[in-house]
Amino acid sequence: MPTISRDEVAHLARLARLAVTEQELDKFAGQLDIILQSVAQVTEVAADDVPPTSHAVPLTNVFRDDVVRPGLTQQQALSGAPAAEDGRFRVPRILGEEQ
Amino acid sequence: MSELTRLTAAELAAKIQAKEVSAVEVAQAHLDRIADVDPAVHAFLHVSAESALAQARAVDEDVAAGNQPASPLAGVPLALKDVVTMQGAPTTCGSKMLEGWHPPYDATITTKMLEAGIVILGKTNMDEFAMGSSTENSAYGPTRNPWDLDRIPGGSGGGSSAALAAFEAPLAIGTDTGGSIRQPGAVTGTVGVKPTYGGVSRYGLVAFSSSLDQAGPCARTVMDAALLHEVIGGHDPLDATSIDEPVPAVVQAVREGSIGDLRGLKIGVVKEFSGDGYEPGVMVSFNEAVERLRSLGAEIVEVSCPHFKYALSAYYLIAPSECSSNLARFDAMRYGIRVGDNGERSAEEVMSLTRDAGFGPEVKRRIMIGTYALSSGYYDAYYGSAQKVRTLIKRDFEAAYEKADVLVSPTTPTTAFPLGERTDNPMAMYLADLCTIPASLAGHPAMSVPSRLSGVDGLPVGLQIMAPALQETRMYRVAAAYEVARNEADGGPLINRVPELEVAR
Amino acid sequence: MTAAAELMDYDEVISKFDPVLGLEVHVELSTATKMFCGCPVTFGGEPNTQVCPTCLGLPGALPVVNANAVASAIRIGLALNCEIAEWCRFARKNYFYPDMPKNFQTSQYDEPIAFNGWLDVELEDGTVVRVDIERAHMEEDTGKSLHVGGATGRIHGAEHSLLDYNRAGVPLIEIVTKPITGTGARAPEVARAYVTALRDLLRALDVSDVRMDQGSLRCDANVSLMAKDASEFGTRTETKNVNSLRSVERAVRFEMTRQAAVLQAGGRIVQETRHFDESTGSTSSGRAKETSEDYRYFPEPDLVPIAPSREWVEELRQTLPEMPSVRRKRIQAEWNLTDLELRDLLNVGAVDLIAATVDAGASPGEARAWWVSQLAQEANSRGVELADLPITPKQVAEVIKMVASGQLTNKLARSAVEGVLAGEGEPAEVVEKRNLKVVSDESALTAAVDEALAAQPDVLEKIRSGKVAAAGAIVGAVMKATKGQADAKRVRELILERANA
Ligand SMILES: [Mg+2]
Ligand SMILES: [Zn+2]
Repeated sequence: MPTISRDEVAHLARLARLAVTEQELDKFAGQLDIILQSVAQVTEVAADDVPPTSHAVPLTNVFRDDVVRPGLTQQQALSGAPAAEDGRFRVPRILGEEQ
Repeated sequence: MSELTRLTAAELAAKIQAKEVSAVEVAQAHLDRIADVDPAVHAFLHVSAESALAQARAVDEDVAAGNQPASPLAGVPLALKDVVTMQGAPTTCGSKMLEGWHPPYDATITTKMLEAGIVILGKTNMDEFAMGSSTENSAYGPTRNPWDLDRIPGGSGGGSSAALAAFEAPLAIGTDTGGSIRQPGAVTGTVGVKPTYGGVSRYGLVAFSSSLDQAGPCARTVMDAALLHEVIGGHDPLDATSIDEPVPAVVQAVREGSIGDLRGLKIGVVKEFSGDGYEPGVMVSFNEAVERLRSLGAEIVEVSCPHFKYALSAYYLIAPSECSSNLARFDAMRYGIRVGDNGERSAEEVMSLTRDAGFGPEVKRRIMIGTYALSSGYYDAYYGSAQKVRTLIKRDFEAAYEKADVLVSPTTPTTAFPLGERTDNPMAMYLADLCTIPASLAGHPAMSVPSRLSGVDGLPVGLQIMAPALQETRMYRVAAAYEVARNEADGGPLINRVPELEVAR
Repeated sequence: MTAAAELMDYDEVISKFDPVLGLEVHVELSTATKMFCGCPVTFGGEPNTQVCPTCLGLPGALPVVNANAVASAIRIGLALNCEIAEWCRFARKNYFYPDMPKNFQTSQYDEPIAFNGWLDVELEDGTVVRVDIERAHMEEDTGKSLHVGGATGRIHGAEHSLLDYNRAGVPLIEIVTKPITGTGARAPEVARAYVTALRDLLRALDVSDVRMDQGSLRCDANVSLMAKDASEFGTRTETKNVNSLRSVERAVRFEMTRQAAVLQAGGRIVQETRHFDESTGSTSSGRAKETSEDYRYFPEPDLVPIAPSREWVEELRQTLPEMPSVRRKRIQAEWNLTDLELRDLLNVGAVDLIAATVDAGASPGEARAWWVSQLAQEANSRGVELADLPITPKQVAEVIKMVASGQLTNKLARSAVEGVLAGEGEPAEVVEKRNLKVVSDESALTAAVDEALAAQPDVLEKIRSGKVAAAGAIVGAVMKATKGQADAKRVRELILERANA
């Protein structure tokens, strides 16, 4: 497995929306490298014929009836908001495009 | 300290129903104890004295009216891990990110406990978002182990385990993703049970790793854990991964186990859980426990689970991957703290600044590992391979359960380590979960019961008992039989040997 | 923003390039509740009043799949001639955006519920083009942002934004075509015809409101060009915000002429998202991304796999309505329409509306008359599709029934329809509010007739002498006196009765 560079850590931090400091970058680069090298041993036994397990219990088709359930009031919904205005969550200006 | 705080949950419930003591007195005794010792232990992040007393009063009114008790635990106080939502109290998950957040809804298990008449004393400390094995990753400072205040109480549920060992509460709720109920139980000499995945609702449990997280009962006795298990277990239509089956009859299993007869039962000792890294004091305690189980009539067999050695690696890919996604919602837009919003910065910048300020280093580390493991080009090698290892571990368990009814191992390779010892070495910290992770990956139930104290450092050691999915009754039966036998041999419960704590006032 | 794009003449584009289309349509299902929680999906509620811990992404909340949404997804898949997965999962699509409460969208990735289908699309001249369907998968909608400050109310230049999560979690089906090739100059027309056919199909299935103007049907158009001698597809762009059928056609055409000009000048097409501007009919580049998006898909651990039994799939197949194309053929025969007449009706998008109106109890003639006259004019003047008018076939049928029963005159009926279009409520409410009831009080009518006859003795004389046609003038006077709220037929009868009395 490739060793992880400082640049890669910076890229990961951007993807994960973490404004890490330069200092943190160095520290994390070293630690992530050790962890990832250690956990890379999973590849040793992950043969092609082994199916992956995504869920611990073998359930399928768990559905809900299409029936309205009471939710939150507007006040409850906004109760934890750092900022609110006109019944809406107020957030700083958004730069990116919608996906 | 009031004698009331030394009693078991079952004893307290009986006394309340017999009107020997009121639920309010019981709650008050525990609130007093918290006031006395929590400054030193720091098990609680929030104490809900008022609502606890109100809940206790309601139980007393029920008793006075001659009503049937709401449950066998009506009036018994409980400490709730701060990762479970409860209205009227903050839920922080040990993180600065959620400082002051009051959830507008109750977790399903919170609802079930309140309906059962359980008195919720407050919210307990934990590693931030349940990531850690020592509770040192809490943004609100570490919890200390009542056996030795310079040592860790385990993690992530160190607040819950310490609350039990410090006699601040007879019951607690923990959550276990890779061992966060069992490992704290082991290092504090208490009982901790991780139910079958899907056995207890996850609705209202702030997610760390969704495919692994499971809430479970923590107590000082096996019976108390079983009583709580029956209250919180069962199907929840709000959790799609909840199993639609009756709760296993674990209380009955404890009664049967208490007779002390394990004849006809096969107990498998997992060969791979020994050797390098296992402290001698732990292994002596474990071997003694195995011998005791043999003396109770169980047949001891050795089993081999060759893929367990990959479990830790698989876990440290799966859990961070899921957490990187689960924790994305903490973005300063809808709840939680917001940092750097000066009217100029964009939402994107404020998100990044908030997440950097709100998350501690371990959480960031795992988010970055998970982001890496899921990213295109690495997914197959990391996340994909880890999920294959999960299959191999399930197969190992299947083979082992052909030979044995339950499996046993030490819960954790070492006793409680000193605070600060592993904080700068994530890999060393991760080893604390070496023995607990396989059952987590398989979704199987597993529990820790105290075995004898380590002869080396005099600290508690845990015996882990694992069982196949939904076979909780087997492990409770073994645990109860073992508990009775060890108490008899040792002249009383191990928990009675916790040193007296200095009282704050 | 860059300066206005250079465009190539359309005929030249076609002589040099072959267009390749890919259309992604998002459909909001008209279930009672959201995809993963029990919140209602109704449009237009007060902000943040149709939310719960789950669709608000609160810590600890969990999703549970709406059975009805799965049934709708399967029915859509079947109607699009798709295979239905034996086993599939939801996945998380991870990216940060404030209108998405969890910062991941619960969607389907490599295991869609329906795949490998097709839809036959009829063009204006009757040519049928088969569009292959890659997949139809389930996902959830996002919340809505309101951008405050700045000149345009758009995202650029805004000072801050306000978020409403009522729409977050509304069930969406995303329908993706395979690359559509070989359409040549007709590519824009095919794109429009495909979305039209899909909309008609979804309406027939009764799974969605399919209102492009309200966003319950949304289309993203992928366009690329291949040089005539090329063997591989060119780089594509994805145009979003295409909010009407006409816009689909315009957006595709614009991209073809823009891309051709870029390629002709030796430039390179950038794979990017482009934004369609209704007012100019042009597309503009979205904000350039620093890095290509990496969605880090993985199976949704909070939801278990879906394995629709073949029995269930067959049961759902039985619920499929007559497909619009089949229905049209039948209707043509039943209504006795020429090909041209049918095509005219099709071109204004009236066939299914008329049929639905007939299904709701109106006569074919009346239904046709309403949709192709007053309503078609109304749609035209509003610049919307006929189907997007805020009136339903059921409501039109209701009005027609009132006329048939003598409750309304044709004139009053037009006013009733105006009221419905103006959002005044159901036809009955409009009739009530606008006081449109026919004057059926015989004594009042008789009085009005007598008065009119007395006022025009010469006309009275003519009628008496057998010149019945002269009664028309009296009818007019009576209608005027009753403000049009009388039944003209009855008035005529009364005139003759009274004149000869
Ligand atoms: Mg999509
Ligand atoms: Zn909701």
